[in-house]
Amino acid sequence: MSNATFTSRAAKSLRNSQLRRNINKATTTIRGKTARVTAELPDWEALRLAGREIKRSTLAELDKHLIALEESVTRAGGTVHWARDAAEAREIVVRLTKAHNTDQVIKIKSMTTDEIELNPALEGAGIRPYETDLADMIVQMGREKPSHLLVPAIHKNRVEIRDLFRDQMGSHGEGLSDRPTDLTKAARAYLRDKFLETRVAISGANFAVAETGSVVVVESEGNGRMCLTLPDVLISIMGIEKVLPRWQDLEVFLQLLPRAATGERMNPYTSIWTGTVPGDGPREFHLVLLDNGRSKILADEVSRETLHCIRCSRCLNVCPVYERAGGHAYDSMYQGPIGAIVTPQLKGLEEAGSLPYASSLCGACHEVCPVKINIPQILVHLRGKVVESKRETALGKLSGENMAMQVASRLFNNQQALEWSLWAGRLGQKLLTRDGVMPWLPPPLSGWTLSRDFPALPEQSFRDWWKQRENGK
Amino acid sequence: MRVSLFITCINDSLYPHTGQAVVRVLERLGHEVVFPEGQSCCGQMHHNSGYAPEAVAMVRQFVEIFREAEVVVVPSTSCTAMIRTQYPHLARHVAKDAALLEAVEALVPRVWEFSEFLTRKLGLTDVGAYYPHRVTYHSSCNSLRSLGLGDGPLTLLRHVRGLDLVELPNNTECCGFGGTFAVKNAETSTAMLTDKMRHILSTNAEICTAGDNSCLMHIGGGLSRQRTGVRTVHLAQILASTAEAPLA
Repeated sequence: MSNATFTSRAAKSLRNSQLRRNINKATTTIRGKTARVTAELPDWEALRLAGREIKRSTLAELDKHLIALEESVTRAGGTVHWARDAAEAREIVVRLTKAHNTDQVIKIKSMTTDEIELNPALEGAGIRPYETDLADMIVQMGREKPSHLLVPAIHKNRVEIRDLFRDQMGSHGEGLSDRPTDLTKAARAYLRDKFLETRVAISGANFAVAETGSVVVVESEGNGRMCLTLPDVLISIMGIEKVLPRWQDLEVFLQLLPRAATGERMNPYTSIWTGTVPGDGPREFHLVLLDNGRSKILADEVSRETLHCIRCSRCLNVCPVYERAGGHAYDSMYQGPIGAIVTPQLKGLEEAGSLPYASSLCGACHEVCPVKINIPQILVHLRGKVVESKRETALGKLSGENMAMQVASRLFNNQQALEWSLWAGRLGQKLLTRDGVMPWLPPPLSGWTLSRDFPALPEQSFRDWWKQRENGK
Repeated sequence: MRVSLFITCINDSLYPHTGQAVVRVLERLGHEVVFPEGQSCCGQMHHNSGYAPEAVAMVRQFVEIFREAEVVVVPSTSCTAMIRTQYPHLARHVAKDAALLEAVEALVPRVWEFSEFLTRKLGLTDVGAYYPHRVTYHSSCNSLRSLGLGDGPLTLLRHVRGLDLVELPNNTECCGFGGTFAVKNAETSTAMLTDKMRHILSTNAEICTAGDNSCLMHIGGGLSRQRTGVRTVHLAQILASTAEAPLA
């Protein structure tokens, strides 16, 4: 574990003009598109409420729906595997893949496989994973982490992409230009080879329907469709919160997701499959149900709605913090506001304790979330847990922040002490004040004076003025 | 009406002129203003920083002091939002105190943000103000999203005589304050502030106003540091200014 925090990683990204430009351009465009296509639906608000309610009621009886899903999938010819944590999930997938004596797999957009760090585990077992979503492939070739839920290579420009392709695509990359059409043509030819020669595919899942055992993947490129239909064996990994009870529930989510995600009325490719069918598609289908901390989130009454998330990324696209700090500042496959609440709950506050503070609590995320997750409320709740755990140690109790908060608390509860402290402040600030403002303050307040003057305390507080006025009456 | 003023800690200590302006406007409109003793802070700083038990103490203090009030007026959008949206949450999930929750729920409908009190409770659009300056309005996040004040404050500004109101581009975006966020993530906060200032400067306004002095402390601190010559003034102070007694 490194000592890097959101703050230190963001500080780096903030100086990256290419990143700032790319993200600003992309998020501005997508904000406009999603705003248009959500506003045109007269029942958008009702859809959001329905989405929220379906998620809430499903999570309230999650065990029941998961068992129903297992039964339906099994009935349709698939096999269900239960994974308590990342290690178990990795073990299951590696074992299933090895059983088919293959040294490579193709993958389609699955944040869950990033979450469980599947690729290094496959590589360790001598199996080479090929990402086939274009942006995921670029991120994989650059040996980086994704910087956006939906546009993972948002931080890259086309020259950088051309260089990666030239370097890693063999004959398909030779003499490649940086024109977008040439880049996609090369990727297409390169990926077609992989689709045709690989026998095992690994996917994620957007939804799974308990009553039918159907699994759903939505995407834009069609590469997912290739992965889901061409290989002999398909292994899909999904978080347990992705289950929906009824087929009919898809009606709500297949409207919410594309409109909130890419600003499209419908996404180009929606693949839905139910178990296996002789002579059509994979002959073997495995569904891995992943907990990995989700049931712990479910047990928390304030933060459980984190599990409503359908990974549309709309919160990233409206977040002023994400827009400036960039996805890598979150150091996770889940970035932006949703990442700031998901990651600390999955990885633990010790590792990701800086993320709940990566927000000005402006509420733009909550305002647009298609399933109405109150992200600011959960951020504050998680900050509470960070403080709670810090206060369990003597060092944490003695930290500057805790001491300052305790002093403030005392003052707010003691009128006289408050008035005295204002008097002392007026005296103390004399050394620091120039023309009515303080241009420099000592740490930790130096963060403020990095770019802002601080107003000097005026000679008379409001309550002193009021007292004087009352006495003069 | 007998209005109980909740001044808020920032206005009390750093911006007494805002409180004085609120008193002036309300009295000019014929209302009686009282300032209950023993009040201090809404608890927002503690709550938003994760110090929930300390925030609960502030909820109790607020409820104790304002329990009997006819109406409570608060010249801060974020403090009003704290009371309206977070007090019930704190009573339910942190204090787990049914009596406190009941008291909070009984009190909250009588708590109004200052401009909201004028436009929604009193139904006013013109409070007889005069302020001959070029002004742009920053609609704080809490005004927009937690309180849903819409363009109520703008309507008040449009009816101020002599005031040249210029629309602020990209107005719905946060200024980057966010309480301790401005200190803990000072660099990201600064990047947000820079864009906010760019938009403010593009209006050629001499004054940026808002219903919240914490945003204005942030924006004003940046404008001051950059020697832009643009000032920040709380909405209440603009509304308090009249032809007879104009505000400087």
